[in-house]
Amino acid sequence: MRLTKRSSQLISIVSLLISLLIADPCLAKKTVKPTSKSPAKQTVKIAYLMQTPKEPAALSNLDPFIGDKGIKGAELAIEDNNTTGQYTKQQFTLDTLVVPADANVIDIFAKKIAGHYSFVIVNTTAEQTNAIADAAGKEMLIFDAGTVDDALRNAGCRANVFHLLPSRAMRTDALAQYMKKKNWTKWFLVVGTADEDKLFAEAARRSAHKFGITIVQEKTWEHTFDARHSAQADVAVFSQIDDDYDVLIVADEQGRFGEYLDYRTWMPRPVIGTQGLIAVSWHPTHEQWGASQIQNRFKEKAGRWMTEQDYGAYLAVRAIGEAATRTKSNDMKLINDYLTGGEFALQGYKSGPLTFRAWDHQLRQPVLLAAPRSLVAVAPIDGFMHPKTELDTLGYDQPESGCQWSKTK
Amino acid sequence: MKKCVSVRGLSVITLLITCSAQAETVFVTLEKDNALAVVDPVEGELIKTVEVGKRPRGIAISPDFKVLYIAVSDENTVKMLDTESLTIIGELPSADDPETFALNPKGDKLYVSNEDDSMVSVLDIAKKQAVKQIKVGVEPEGIAVSPDGKWAISATETTNMLHWIDASTHEIVENTLVDARPRAVTFTADSAFAWATSEMAGTLQVLDAKTKQIIKRINFEIPGVSKDKIQPVGVVIDKAMQRAYVALGPANRVAVINVKTYAVEKYLLVGQRVWNLAFSPDQKRLYTTNGVSNDISIIDLDSQTVTKSVGVGNYPWGVAVKP
Repeated sequence: MRLTKRSSQLISIVSLLISLLIADPCLAKKTVKPTSKSPAKQTVKIAYLMQTPKEPAALSNLDPFIGDKGIKGAELAIEDNNTTGQYTKQQFTLDTLVVPADANVIDIFAKKIAGHYSFVIVNTTAEQTNAIADAAGKEMLIFDAGTVDDALRNAGCRANVFHLLPSRAMRTDALAQYMKKKNWTKWFLVVGTADEDKLFAEAARRSAHKFGITIVQEKTWEHTFDARHSAQADVAVFSQIDDDYDVLIVADEQGRFGEYLDYRTWMPRPVIGTQGLIAVSWHPTHEQWGASQIQNRFKEKAGRWMTEQDYGAYLAVRAIGEAATRTKSNDMKLINDYLTGGEFALQGYKSGPLTFRAWDHQLRQPVLLAAPRSLVAVAPIDGFMHPKTELDTLGYDQPESGCQWSKTK
Repeated sequence: MKKCVSVRGLSVITLLITCSAQAETVFVTLEKDNALAVVDPVEGELIKTVEVGKRPRGIAISPDFKVLYIAVSDENTVKMLDTESLTIIGELPSADDPETFALNPKGDKLYVSNEDDSMVSVLDIAKKQAVKQIKVGVEPEGIAVSPDGKWAISATETTNMLHWIDASTHEIVENTLVDARPRAVTFTADSAFAWATSEMAGTLQVLDAKTKQIIKRINFEIPGVSKDKIQPVGVVIDKAMQRAYVALGPANRVAVINVKTYAVEKYLLVGQRVWNLAFSPDQKRLYTTNGVSNDISIIDLDSQTVTKSVGVGNYPWGVAVKP
């Protein structure tokens, strides 16, 4: 009896070894070790870093200002990780650092986080994110749950950073695919004055070119009036352009004027972009693929809907959890290898498994096209084909990526 | 169905000939219609649709085929429906958001997954009360009771585990880590093996009920279908333990697997986003619910071909069959 038990154990260890050897020879040597001893409880320490956001001027009182975007998502994911952890003898901890608006995020990072954690979730600006990545060096993995900048996924990419939210290019590609399907291929592009708006417009131009859409005209919204009082007349005058168009695509990431465009344009045309029909990683209207379960769990915990940053932070902590569980390790290098390897499959409540692109560490994912109270479509739209995965029809694909670290790796 | 009844007085042989395809009734829960579709699969017709309450999903039939149990998720209850009169005859307190459940072989207990509460409730059907609540991993989904009545397995989607519940003590005795997002689990007729699907990893795992360990992992490959579309959900195994059938979700196919060799023998094209499966009582046909195309597919298992599809309503979810 004892013999058979031992031999079956031996077989299972051998088969585990073989399967690991097939997957990755380096992984096998390191991960099999702990199974020979009885593993003690292992701790996986994760930090979450953000700066207190400034409350923007609101156009509408409908949406209350949320100061803790991201934190609640990370907290929910830690709970989920620890439910698995109680069975696998791993414990996940989350330390949240919210830097005051007037303090320097990089200084705080250097003092409080560097050297203390192997994994940090950041919800910071593009510049801060890269500064943190450079300060972090090779001993830490950075999970970017805040930026959508294409630059950080191209020329400005960093090998120690993983991006959880879809980039602007992925979003405008999603819109373009749907517009192409509808044959609404003449766009009127309206751009705000903020830098982010210009970047969104740039992404829209790229997507239009990629999918054969014509931008018939482009105009800048100058904010030269009090929108609350004169939107009706101003938008009509502003949108009287020489060429006919199918849709107005607006670039207004801060929400400073975009909401005023719909129903006020000179011609009856729908609004898409940052307002109207929007392209997002997460939305309250999303309920398919088990999404209603996490929507419910999140609302119960946070008392509000899950925002994109919450979703990004949730996925980041879950990705670390998944890698730690599968590798039975809290080692940063093993987890990095697992996240970028072929076995990694993250459940993101959006159809299929989510994985990281090898060339820029962008999380591959479907993009939701949502109206305020209805989920209109989920991109990639059927019919947009790709030799590897249709998810790579969104954003910068490998051949066009400007990210250098993957080419020199 | 009428034909069979009219010839009941004749010899068994005549009866079999007359009813070459034995008439039976297929019940399908319609998640978005708050209703149950009643289908005559021989004629390929939707007979009627019965309102059952908000968001019906899991469904099972009692061993004597007299009662249907339906998880009515948004009313937080499991309803009992008389299969003759098609009227609700009772309710079981199921705790919050029941999605799927399993009936034990005796038919006196229900094991219910409470998805939002990370719990499995054990309901005593005669007493109409919960006798035990068992804390499991996050988002329990698939659940199965072994034919010998010894084990209940709860699969938790976010924790990625199978929790082995001893059916005599209702305690968890073992947890097996499986591939990403386990959805459905079923036992072989001899209770020796459990088969579990993992939706995100696109795999199926065979576990030995003695060791509770994975002994085989099965992958699926379909020419012209990208890997991320292959999302295994429902799984059933015939009583003779010859073949297993796996619903592959948005790959719109049912995989046919040889239970002895684990070889995937065939992929059968069915409706869109195929979800759950049920055999006909004689195990000659398989019924599939197709969530996106709003129909069920009927598969003839002798010829292994899809013979018919029947439109049933919005979001067909679960399926149960009465002879």
